[in-house]
Amino acid sequence: MDELRTKYLGEIAGAADEVALERLRVAALGKKGEVSLRMRELGGMTPAERQVAGPALNALKDEINGAIAAKKAALEDASLDARLKEEWLDVTLPARQRARGSVHPVSQVTEEVTAVLADMGFAVAEGPQIESDWYNFDALNIPHHHPARTEMDTFYMAQAEGDNRSPHVLRTHTSPVQIRAMQERGSPLRVICPGRVYRADYDQTHTPMFHQVEGLAIDRDISMANLKWVLEEFFSAFFGTTVRTRFRASHFPFTEPSAEVDIQCSWEGGTVKVGEGEGWLEVLGSGMVHPKVLEAGGIDSSKWQGFAFGIGIDRLAMLKYGIPDLRAFFDSDLRWLRHYGFAPLDVPTLHGGLQ
Amino acid sequence: MRFTIAWLKEHLETTAAVEEIAEVLTDIGLEVEEIVNPADRLQDFTLGRVLKAEKHPDADRLRVCDVETDRGVRQIICGAPNAREGITVVVAHSGTYVPGIDTTIQVGKIRGVESHGMMCSEREMELSDEHDGIIELPSGKVGERFVDWLAVNDPPKVDPVIEIAITPNRQDALGVEGIARDLAARGLGTRIERPIAPVPGTFESPIGVSIDKDTIDGNPYFVGRMIRGVRNGPSPAWLQQRLLAIGLRPISALVDITNFFTYDRNRPLHVFDADKVKGHLRVHRAEGGEQILALDQKTYAFEKGMMIIADERGPESIAGVMGGAETGVTGETANVFVESAYWDPVTIAHTGRRLKISSDARYRFERGVDPEFTLPGLEAATSMILEICGGEASRVVEDGAVPDTNRAYRLDPARCSSLVGMDIPAKDQRATLEALGFVIDGDMATPPSWRPDVRGEADLVEEVARMASLTNLEPRPMPRAAPGVPEPILTPLQRREQASRRMAAALGYCECVTYSFIDDASATLFGGGDEARRVANPISSEMTQMRPSLFPGLLQAAARNQARGFADLALFEVGAIFHGGEPEEFEILIAGIRVGATGPKDPHGEVREVDVFDARADAEAILAAVGAPARIQIGRGTNNWWHPVRSARITLGPKITLAAFGELHPKVLSRMEVKGPAVGFAIHLSAVPEPRAKGSTRTALQISDLQAVERDFAFVLDADVEAVNVVNAAAGADKSLIEEVRVFDEFAGGSLGDGKKSLAITVRLQPRERTLTDGQIDAVGKAIVEKVSKATGGVLRT
Repeated sequence: MDELRTKYLGEIAGAADEVALERLRVAALGKKGEVSLRMRELGGMTPAERQVAGPALNALKDEINGAIAAKKAALEDASLDARLKEEWLDVTLPARQRARGSVHPVSQVTEEVTAVLADMGFAVAEGPQIESDWYNFDALNIPHHHPARTEMDTFYMAQAEGDNRSPHVLRTHTSPVQIRAMQERGSPLRVICPGRVYRADYDQTHTPMFHQVEGLAIDRDISMANLKWVLEEFFSAFFGTTVRTRFRASHFPFTEPSAEVDIQCSWEGGTVKVGEGEGWLEVLGSGMVHPKVLEAGGIDSSKWQGFAFGIGIDRLAMLKYGIPDLRAFFDSDLRWLRHYGFAPLDVPTLHGGLQ
Repeated sequence: MRFTIAWLKEHLETTAAVEEIAEVLTDIGLEVEEIVNPADRLQDFTLGRVLKAEKHPDADRLRVCDVETDRGVRQIICGAPNAREGITVVVAHSGTYVPGIDTTIQVGKIRGVESHGMMCSEREMELSDEHDGIIELPSGKVGERFVDWLAVNDPPKVDPVIEIAITPNRQDALGVEGIARDLAARGLGTRIERPIAPVPGTFESPIGVSIDKDTIDGNPYFVGRMIRGVRNGPSPAWLQQRLLAIGLRPISALVDITNFFTYDRNRPLHVFDADKVKGHLRVHRAEGGEQILALDQKTYAFEKGMMIIADERGPESIAGVMGGAETGVTGETANVFVESAYWDPVTIAHTGRRLKISSDARYRFERGVDPEFTLPGLEAATSMILEICGGEASRVVEDGAVPDTNRAYRLDPARCSSLVGMDIPAKDQRATLEALGFVIDGDMATPPSWRPDVRGEADLVEEVARMASLTNLEPRPMPRAAPGVPEPILTPLQRREQASRRMAAALGYCECVTYSFIDDASATLFGGGDEARRVANPISSEMTQMRPSLFPGLLQAAARNQARGFADLALFEVGAIFHGGEPEEFEILIAGIRVGATGPKDPHGEVREVDVFDARADAEAILAAVGAPARIQIGRGTNNWWHPVRSARITLGPKITLAAFGELHPKVLSRMEVKGPAVGFAIHLSAVPEPRAKGSTRTALQISDLQAVERDFAFVLDADVEAVNVVNAAAGADKSLIEEVRVFDEFAGGSLGDGKKSLAITVRLQPRERTLTDGQIDAVGKAIVEKVSKATGGVLRT
């Protein structure tokens, strides 16, 4: 038995491949294999002999089986290793391309503004960009010959012959949406009105189209002090740092009293940093809605009052993200879009942060 | 509006520094745009005395001077003819910047002799054009700063100029007096009242005035008088300096005096050369077509209804806007007629705008000057003319009357805290208003005649608040509209815009924001370019038409990027397009284009030109993202900017078009200078129907445990048979069993012969009750082949 054991274990260890292993298995354990033949002889033994030889043969059989299995695994590993070596690849080759899209800063900032103000209960109202003269001016207490009309550099639409209405305009602000919102929703009311606005001006810092967001809150006891709080909360959330504001008396036909609002900033090193330093940067016009404007919106000005403000979205984007040139916003230069644009899944939320 | 500190101090007694005045002006709503302080750049110049001046050894015109200065005795080489012993001079030491020669002084050698500084002329310090020699001061101590000497001895030279922005309601601040009134009301000083004494006339004015009945609404009040025997030379130095400092050119005494009152009291006046006026002056409305040569030497034609000041000859002045050249004063003017009138702001604004004239007079009259000051303004001007030009004044002639501006509003002190959120004691509120010229009677406040803008209680609050300073406003939290978690606020369309935008970006497109107005040719290519969508006053021919489509902007962007060397692009935009010129005629779309290849060449060999099916895939992905139903149809028949047979509409039933996609028409591309291929999609975001089911519960999921079976079929078809018909026919073979039919191969040519193609489909069978037998599968297969053959004429390929 020891002979058999030595012979087979030795030959299994030396087997070159699976075919050789199989041949050894048949030679040892096949129907006519040496070990099988010895097992058959057990019948002719005395019980005493059998008790010794039986377990020994079984053990030998198990041992050979185990050795074959182990050798088989070892051979497989070796051949896999050899194959894997053959599969060498230059992994420094570039990856398959996945196009990288981007979201424009105007869209991103509009969503950021919306996220903050929605939390304070402001809904988003939108409206036409070609507006009637009434919605763009009269309803906002800018009568026909008010100097503000000319100062706004208004674009007018061509007029059909025989059309006796005042020509429609490209809205110079999103304030007409405030009037429409008042008419449609009544009071109390909290809305923001983001969108494109148009003024006939083109130079280093002006484009004939830009974006504005206006806010309007109407209730029974809303004051300018509330406006200041809302704006400071808004700017702090938007810029991600505490931002103080400074209110200065001003005049707009649609608000009374009116204030221009500066935000705290520093000018060090030629760049503006919001929320630090001792400087002030004018960013926004605001005030308490003029009673005539409330009336134009169908709201009883003896019972309701509120504030309104307006700020440039492009301007906010430039300040927050350090974008230098307004004109580039509308040029669609691929390099600009990729550099200043935002990843598709970078959705601004208050809980996830706006930075 | 510009003024100088010295001018301000004619109306305001104050010790406040320039900076403080500027800060307060901005705070009370007179926003400072610029301060120019001439003293700022003269800080380093000091006084010196020339102790000794000798001829330079090597230059006849130069002198070597010993100058006593605050830094001791210095040797300075000087070329001025008047450099001599004993004079007091202005010294720039080395290191001092000299603005007139744009140089910082250095120690240097001039012809071999060291020079340690410079003695300056007025021009070198930009004080005047005087450059005949260096400054010789009649007084002053060695070492004293030159700016300090100027402040005492020649203040106008260091008089800071302030420019403020005027909001349309603050016409009263277009005069220095009005600015002083505001500052005094804030407590920055005391107003200096300058009462105006009437000048008694000694004779009847030979020129009379009348206002036509139909013009009295446009010109309620007109006063004037003749002053005879004047000398109209240059105005005195103080007056010239006042005007020069604020950027006005002195012309002659009479003109300068009218300009002075325009800025000093916001009272524009006009002077006629009385000898050139024929007969009396009459204010009337234009018939239309009358012409006048105005003071700017341009000829203007009046439109009907504009106001004219005419004499017997015809129009002599564009009333309230600009005088006529014919009757303008000159150096020879001996007799002058002075006009002071109150004009209706609306008429003046209209006239000025139509005639495109910007003048100081128009600017003020259209904002509304103080009607009560019409006559006092004339009296003040008379006094100054008599003082400067001499002469004798006639009695005043007039027509009309000062319009009544008397009105009062209730002053409710509580309104200030309710509207602004500042608690200001009632007596302080009253005091502020009184300081601004309001008359308080009980709880009623009457605004002064120079404040036509005050039109209600809220205006009173505004006055009180701006004087109290809004910088003192404390923020106060605004409670939530309703307690608890805020409601969602976006409309379905707004959510779609956001979802579509982010989906497009995820598909690899870059978002553009392009102008809403485009050039006429591009608009015409995309179904626009009509009169209704035309901008009447565009700033450029590239911006004349409201866009009828998002594609022109995107294609122009693509062309620009191609010109920069980017051939392969994917761009999109979300925004409004315009179907007409009325406010409601707009629609929100998302549109995208892919141009060139799917990407730059790569080693994996997967790059190819973009095609229709890229655009379709993108359109379908975005439609899914905005919640469009899955069961869409594809229809032919697209607008003519698409490739006629390589484009399609995505529809819901026969009526609703959700989107279009395809290749853009090659002609359009070449017109827009885009190198193709280019494919695109446009999705009508508002056409997507709202989901019918309310609530968030989904329908129950039905899945079978039984194994699905897939079988492939290939058909030989005529080449123009559309795949959708094959798919629909196959799917109809057993609606309960066939879960899905997919096209997986198409090829044409080869052994199939001309006009034929092969289309291969996979049909997935999903049993519901028991596993399919071979017999059942064969039966469905037969049915599929039959249905497809019947519908398309195709035969099973074997």
